[in-house]
Amino acid sequence: MKPFTPDELRAKANQIRRRDLQAVFEAGAGHIGGEMSVTDILTALYFNVLRVAPQNPLDPNRDRLVLSKGHTACVLYVTLAERGFIPKEEITTFLQPMSRLNGHPNRTKVPGVETNTGPLGHGLPVAVGMAKAAKISGADWKTYVVTGDGEMQEGSNWEAIMAAAQFGLDNLTLIIDHNRLQQGARLADTNNLAPIAPRLEAFGWEAVEIDGHNMDEILAALSHEGRTPGKPRGIVAHTNKGHGISFMSDNVAWHHKVPNAEQYAQAMAELEEAAQ
Amino acid sequence: MNAPTDTPKLHDCRDAFVETLEALAAEDETIVAVVNDSVGSSKLGGFRDKFPDRLVNVGIAEQNMVGVGAGLANGGMIPFVTGAAPFLTGRALEQIKADVAYSETNVKLVGISSGLAYGNLGATHHSIEDFAWIRALPNIVVVAPADRIETAAAVAWAAEYEGGVFLRLSRVGVPDLLPEGHVFVPGKANSLRDGSDVTLIANGVLSHRALAAAALLDTKGISARVLNMATVRPTDADAIISAANETGAIVTCEEHTIFGGLGSAVAEVVVQNAPVPMTVLGVPGEFAPTGSANFLLDHYGMSPEGIAASAEALITRKS
Ligand SMILES: Cc1ncc(C[n+]2csc(CCOP(=O)(O)OP(=O)(O)O)c2C)c(N)n1
Ligand SMILES: [Mg+2]
Repeated sequence: MKPFTPDELRAKANQIRRRDLQAVFEAGAGHIGGEMSVTDILTALYFNVLRVAPQNPLDPNRDRLVLSKGHTACVLYVTLAERGFIPKEEITTFLQPMSRLNGHPNRTKVPGVETNTGPLGHGLPVAVGMAKAAKISGADWKTYVVTGDGEMQEGSNWEAIMAAAQFGLDNLTLIIDHNRLQQGARLADTNNLAPIAPRLEAFGWEAVEIDGHNMDEILAALSHEGRTPGKPRGIVAHTNKGHGISFMSDNVAWHHKVPNAEQYAQAMAELEEAAQ
Repeated sequence: MNAPTDTPKLHDCRDAFVETLEALAAEDETIVAVVNDSVGSSKLGGFRDKFPDRLVNVGIAEQNMVGVGAGLANGGMIPFVTGAAPFLTGRALEQIKADVAYSETNVKLVGISSGLAYGNLGATHHSIEDFAWIRALPNIVVVAPADRIETAAAVAWAAEYEGGVFLRLSRVGVPDLLPEGHVFVPGKANSLRDGSDVTLIANGVLSHRALAAAALLDTKGISARVLNMATVRPTDADAIISAANETGAIVTCEEHTIFGGLGSAVAEVVVQNAPVPMTVLGVPGEFAPTGSANFLLDHYGMSPEGIAASAEALITRKS
């Protein structure tokens, strides 16, 4: 597949947001806030950055992407469907009895998923192992992992951050979806981690801060050009939970709330207008 | 599950938990709640508003949460460490072992949305190993209440009791089973129905299903005893031995893997004291597929009809 241009990525991200919104509305469950905040990042990865092939999802030389914030599985499913890993029609089965599309991604059932996530704080250690495997075997595939910002409160992440620096994993990229909100409250009112970038730097990482909804900035940060050899890269992506939908954006109520019919219509109208 | 003709009102046991905790905390200033960002899902918003200084939110960090709970207990507090059961138990198991069980601290672990309650969120969120994990540890009383009345009674007891407790609560609605004013006694099963042909032993959200199964068996002329066995450790050996001797067959039903839970606890007593045929119902050795909790319980043969069929098959093996 030819990598998408920033304009094409913006259009695709909008399409993915709409399909995700519809799926959550129809299933009556999902994590819409964190899905809207991570959509641009996932779209850039799958349609420009990752060297992956839907026909050969287990190609040993594929790039690896771990969605550690597994509660936003629905938007991963939609993205995988758009990219050809699973049939687009299958999205209608999300959360239905016996569907393989449950609320958290399962690698044994869904092609394209690298590891089963759902409990927070698992993806980064696994990604460190992947990146280390590439180093040991001299392979040039890359590993990317996306976490939530609340998720970074889990100690396992910081154990992995230390290990990645120690191992010199410059083939590893951590993208933190920094939407400032966790499940029940703002990070600032719970267990604040901001500013995150200096913390990563203090642990020996190269940190960059971007607007996580700006495609040009996302692509530049994900690029492997001009990186510091021997250092893992941490991207602090400043995002909004519920991005693209005015009444959800930066609103803690929308972690896993489901829109009613009226809210759904308004949300869809806003996304459609943004597509123009 | 077939809807009973007069549908009883279903209750979310989390409400009984927080109402009791708030009432106790109003009387006792040493009661604190410790959470992992789970104020909403644990329904502790009211507690936070009433006792803001006694709501300790460590963020999404379960190992830290249990360790902090042990430290609070050391400092004279009575911590109710409350979070989604899979993460509270699975993630912090070593803290539970070393900081609570081995150190013998006065920590109350409250696992919310246990068993299959998280349904279609998938197997990462199912907590169907927690009986086995916690039951393997000394010094922790493991309790899975069957309704709001038993939940309230168990919370009140836990606050009084000096030592480790694991309260395994659900969010799936259950009807009232125990009489109003019921007093919780650890390690003591309650008979919900007497019978002589077979005994059904259950706890948590399975107790009302077992009772409904007994009613179905009755229509077939089979007399089933139903024991609500909330405490999985220590087990009520007397009730189990009596059931074996008096009814000659035992079916256990649990929202847990069949490895190491209620069925195993009952079997340990049965094989060593009064061997009789047994059937252990639960989730077999696999991760459950997508579906709601009630869908999955039916799927695994734990609808009232499924439980009744297992009991009917079992009694043919009685000697
Ligand atoms: C170990 C663990 N503890 C708790 C939870 C429950 N939980 C699911 S999502 C969530 C909040 C996550 O916040 P954040 O990482 O900021 O994600 P986002 O804002 O992107 O949705 C919590 C506490 C979990 N899934 N795993
Ligand atoms: Mg967040």
